[in-house]
Amino acid sequence: MEFLSYLISGVSLGSVYAIIALGYTMVYGIAKMLNFAHGDVIMVGGYISFCGFAYLGLNGWLALLLAMCVCTVLGIVIEGLAYRPLRQATSLAVLITAIGVSYLLQNTALLTWGATPKVYSPLIPLTNAAGEPNALKLGELSISYISLLTMAACIVIMVGLTLFTSRSKMGKAMRACSEDKDAARLMGINVNTTISVTFAIGSALAAVAGVLLCSFNPTLMPTTGSMPGIRAFTAAVFGGIGSIPGAFLGGLLIGVIEAMAKAYISTQLANSVVFAVLIVVLLVRPAGLLGKYVPEKV
Amino acid sequence: MKWKTLQPHTKQNVFTFLGLGVVWVLVAVLRAQGVLTRSAAGLLVPICCYVVMALSLNLTVGIMGELSLGHAGFMGVGAFTGVVASQSLMNAVPSVPLRLLAAMLAGALFAGVFGFLIGIPVLRLRGDYLAIVTLAFGEIIKELITCLLVGVDEKGLHIIFNYKGVKGVEDLNLSPAGQVIIKGAQGATGTQTIASFTAGMLLIFVTLFIILHLIYSRTGRAIMAIRDNRIAAESVGIDVTKHKMIAFVLSAAMAGAAGALYGLNYSNLVAAKFDFNTSILVLVFVVLGGLGNMRGSIIAAVLLYVLPEALRGMRDYRMLIYAVILIAVMLTTNSPIAQSFFSRFFRFGRKGGETE
Repeated sequence: MEFLSYLISGVSLGSVYAIIALGYTMVYGIAKMLNFAHGDVIMVGGYISFCGFAYLGLNGWLALLLAMCVCTVLGIVIEGLAYRPLRQATSLAVLITAIGVSYLLQNTALLTWGATPKVYSPLIPLTNAAGEPNALKLGELSISYISLLTMAACIVIMVGLTLFTSRSKMGKAMRACSEDKDAARLMGINVNTTISVTFAIGSALAAVAGVLLCSFNPTLMPTTGSMPGIRAFTAAVFGGIGSIPGAFLGGLLIGVIEAMAKAYISTQLANSVVFAVLIVVLLVRPAGLLGKYVPEKV
Repeated sequence: MKWKTLQPHTKQNVFTFLGLGVVWVLVAVLRAQGVLTRSAAGLLVPICCYVVMALSLNLTVGIMGELSLGHAGFMGVGAFTGVVASQSLMNAVPSVPLRLLAAMLAGALFAGVFGFLIGIPVLRLRGDYLAIVTLAFGEIIKELITCLLVGVDEKGLHIIFNYKGVKGVEDLNLSPAGQVIIKGAQGATGTQTIASFTAGMLLIFVTLFIILHLIYSRTGRAIMAIRDNRIAAESVGIDVTKHKMIAFVLSAAMAGAAGALYGLNYSNLVAAKFDFNTSILVLVFVVLGGLGNMRGSIIAAVLLYVLPEALRGMRDYRMLIYAVILIAVMLTTNSPIAQSFFSRFFRFGRKGGETE
């Protein structure tokens, strides 16, 4: 029973990682760059929704919508200003710029909202008016509604993105760009617009993930997003970067591994265990669980 | 050897060393005259440490061409090794300079060994994956140090790896004369601060000498050939893994020596100091100074360390300014638009430089 409750908390945490990892994987698949600032967009999403209900008096869902809109714009602006001029640059230059953007967001948040953690009120309160936990009871097991919501959101987003990339015109353009940008351009696809749309979708997902993450972990700080961001990147690599079902699977596995490591090995070393998984995966199967290996052409 | 027959880069390097020597004498004189305030004098050793960190990271990023995001981890290994070495040799080696030297050598050795062990898996990867794995190792090192309990008494070192977080200092079974050196998450406390500016300057000289010597050697040329085109370098018979490993281990060892000096400059030191932020701080020094340009690294490290300290009001904005510097330098040196813009105004400037 104890094991099952750890498993459930792992799966619900993993669902948040999966949503973040979907953003990573889409951007990496198309722009071939590690968007280091993705984790900080999550944090911005958290703060915007916090401002939405704390200062503007919106309800949770409207605040979520507001956060999604702001993050979408933020994603497009970041891509246009910082990453687009570096399309032809070396990956080292792009990665350093992405780290710069990540620090810029973190420190802007630090100067705007201060270093003291904000207490976030979850999308679905953890306890109801009577003070009982807001959870679905299955015998001894209880699953909080926010966990259920997270898992549902994760599955809906995954299915939605899969349909979008396989059916819609923009999705096809995305896949074409990720295969070969020059050929895609020759076929009349606007590569820059496609990449912008990818960043927009990724950032909107980051906002959703931010709200869900803060609902689990109701303290909000400028550094809230960085660790989950790196764990989600681990998840994306684990599942095979560029693959949408891979990000989903990787996210769930990383969440479960983290929960189990915390429960059975050591709370202090939970991060180390997750990173050790990343290292082993990269060495044994660099393309990830569901990724396909692409040999290097000379 | 005639001055005129020397190669241009040798002349430049002679000037770099001379410049460093002048700065050393100048600072020593200012200090003796009492011009430097106490807080300014307190910055001298950390500045030396960060200069060495920037030099060693420049070897990995600028010369080897791979981004390492866990450099602070090696600094942390060096720092805690140095503290343990210095504290446990307190009675055996009473002379402070000798003990400092032993601590720095121990720090360099341990960090070098860690660099080798980490390098085996890491150097098989490339690009973004390599960067993220070095980040992962940096965080792992930090967490492992947080779990360490180390004490010393007449029977030798007592070490406990406290990963469950349930053990305390009393589990070390120290004799009454014993002393606890590292207390887990509280870090090293009660360290005798023996670091000195002279040692820092000597360390900079040694590091710079080793790196410059490496760059202009056969090995260094091979490393740079791998950076510029790995496949071409491999096809002319350069052993890629071996050369990358040389650069990586050397870089880690020098970071370890800098860490040992840094650790012995403070009586209290926590492992959290050597986190991702510190790695990024050093990366900013390297990027602003110019990838592959050692003199640039030294100047950037000194300026960027002193500026926010000098302008008190700017301290809150320190990391923000660093972030803007990172983005601005990358955009101006790599974007085609910015390049054509600058080439219009600075036509006579050095073309390309040493970055690529």
